[in-house]
Amino acid sequence: MYVAVKGGERAIENAHAWLAEERRGDTSVAELGVAQIREQLALAVNRVMAEGSLYDPDLAALAIKQARGDLIEAIFLIRAYRTTLPRFGASLPVDTGKMACDRRISATFKDLPGGQVLGPTFDYTHRLLDFKLAADGEAPKAATREAVHGDVPHVTDFLNHEGLIEEAVHDDTTPPDLTREPLEMPAERALRLQALTRADEGFTLGMAYSTQRGYARNHAFVGELRIGAVPVEMDIPELGFSVEIGEVTLTECETVNQFTGSKSEPPQFTRGYGLVFGQTERKAISMALVDRALRWEELGEDNEGAPAQDAEFVLYHADNIQATGFLEHIKLPHYVDFQAELELVRKLREEAGANRVPEAAE
Amino acid sequence: MKDFSEDHAPRQHWLGLMAKAPMGRVATLLDETVTRPAFTWLRAPEVGSTMVRARAGATGSPFNLGEVTVTRCALTLATGEVGHAYVQGRSKADAEAVAMVDALMQTTAATTLQVQVLDVLDAEQAAKRDARAAKAAATKVDFFTMVRGED
Repeated sequence: MYVAVKGGERAIENAHAWLAEERRGDTSVAELGVAQIREQLALAVNRVMAEGSLYDPDLAALAIKQARGDLIEAIFLIRAYRTTLPRFGASLPVDTGKMACDRRISATFKDLPGGQVLGPTFDYTHRLLDFKLAADGEAPKAATREAVHGDVPHVTDFLNHEGLIEEAVHDDTTPPDLTREPLEMPAERALRLQALTRADEGFTLGMAYSTQRGYARNHAFVGELRIGAVPVEMDIPELGFSVEIGEVTLTECETVNQFTGSKSEPPQFTRGYGLVFGQTERKAISMALVDRALRWEELGEDNEGAPAQDAEFVLYHADNIQATGFLEHIKLPHYVDFQAELELVRKLREEAGANRVPEAAE
Repeated sequence: MKDFSEDHAPRQHWLGLMAKAPMGRVATLLDETVTRPAFTWLRAPEVGSTMVRARAGATGSPFNLGEVTVTRCALTLATGEVGHAYVQGRSKADAEAVAMVDALMQTTAATTLQVQVLDVLDAEQAAKRDARAAKAAATKVDFFTMVRGED
């Protein structure tokens, strides 16, 4: 028997009204503005843009406010909004060699041209709570020093001169787009990188960490990590040439991985690549490690059966919106499903004679 | 830059410059310089997205990185010049101002607009870039070797 049940409308309406009130919190405390979130919770904004797969700091800040700081809920809002936008086209591939770097470090080359530029980093802080931030204070001011202008070359270029590192060979094939076609296996590297750059940070971090702990260990060093702004350039058909339409801040991580050679490749350093919207360092490093682990097949490495080598496992579980959608749907009404389960269990118990009253212990 | 030629270079430059200006800045500078002439929409302002692409390993095969919000429009002045705009973000007013400057740059107003709008934007963006670069430069590590006590 199928029974349609109605009657939740008023409860739902009132639940949403209460949600709005709770979101606002104590009204004797000043309301948080979207611009405050954008400026002062910038790394949360960056994560929402990266995993929401839409670069728009104001929208991401609004989503964080609406989601009461639940970043996965905020990412969900951004993904939903994204689907309403007409797609004007695709940009030319951004040139990270032309990045205006806020930060650029290498763990492998101390004296790299351009130097080790730390940028606004949490590294080397003592991780002690700063109670001054809880009090109103003067706006802090950064130190300055005369800058050297010009493009900052990638660290891997130096190793390339010696032929010690695999090259990332330039081509101009049109990449597949998982927002247009469902993600299917086997997934080529372009598709894997698209899935990883919008993947959940925690999941990607866990996968990357597993490779460091020995599950498909690939001995990664951070060859280079850079954060900064790059222009976005796009062909404009009505003009007949390309134009810079804006600028995005990106975090790029290139790992240099030990590789003793395989049947198909000589001993050399191999590479993993991470590139993520915003200042999102942990995610970019994680992405590079997972990218490298997933390349085992093309590099002729053994399949150790490690989770991080399994593209299907990684890519089908990395998207936090898909994951949360399926996970959280089980809390929604399943009365009819459950009724059927109940009937089944009762029947099985009857057959097993489990319904007898248990005898008292002696 | 793709399809870079003498003809396109200046227009490519000013469209890029205006697309990277802070919200409302182009409109402010434009309105301080000229009274906007009458125009008709060729394409009314429309908010959409562009898929940003990148290359694996910075130089290899392209992949899709994620989208960015973009507003575009096109307008025609009564005198026939057509102005285009593709501007990051969701501001229709910004896109309109950019398309207006683009159209007016094809008229006799070009010299004035160059000085009072484009050169100003250029200077502002250079100053912003330099200020950031100077802060980054101050965080550059100066390695030095400690005197080793081996004698």
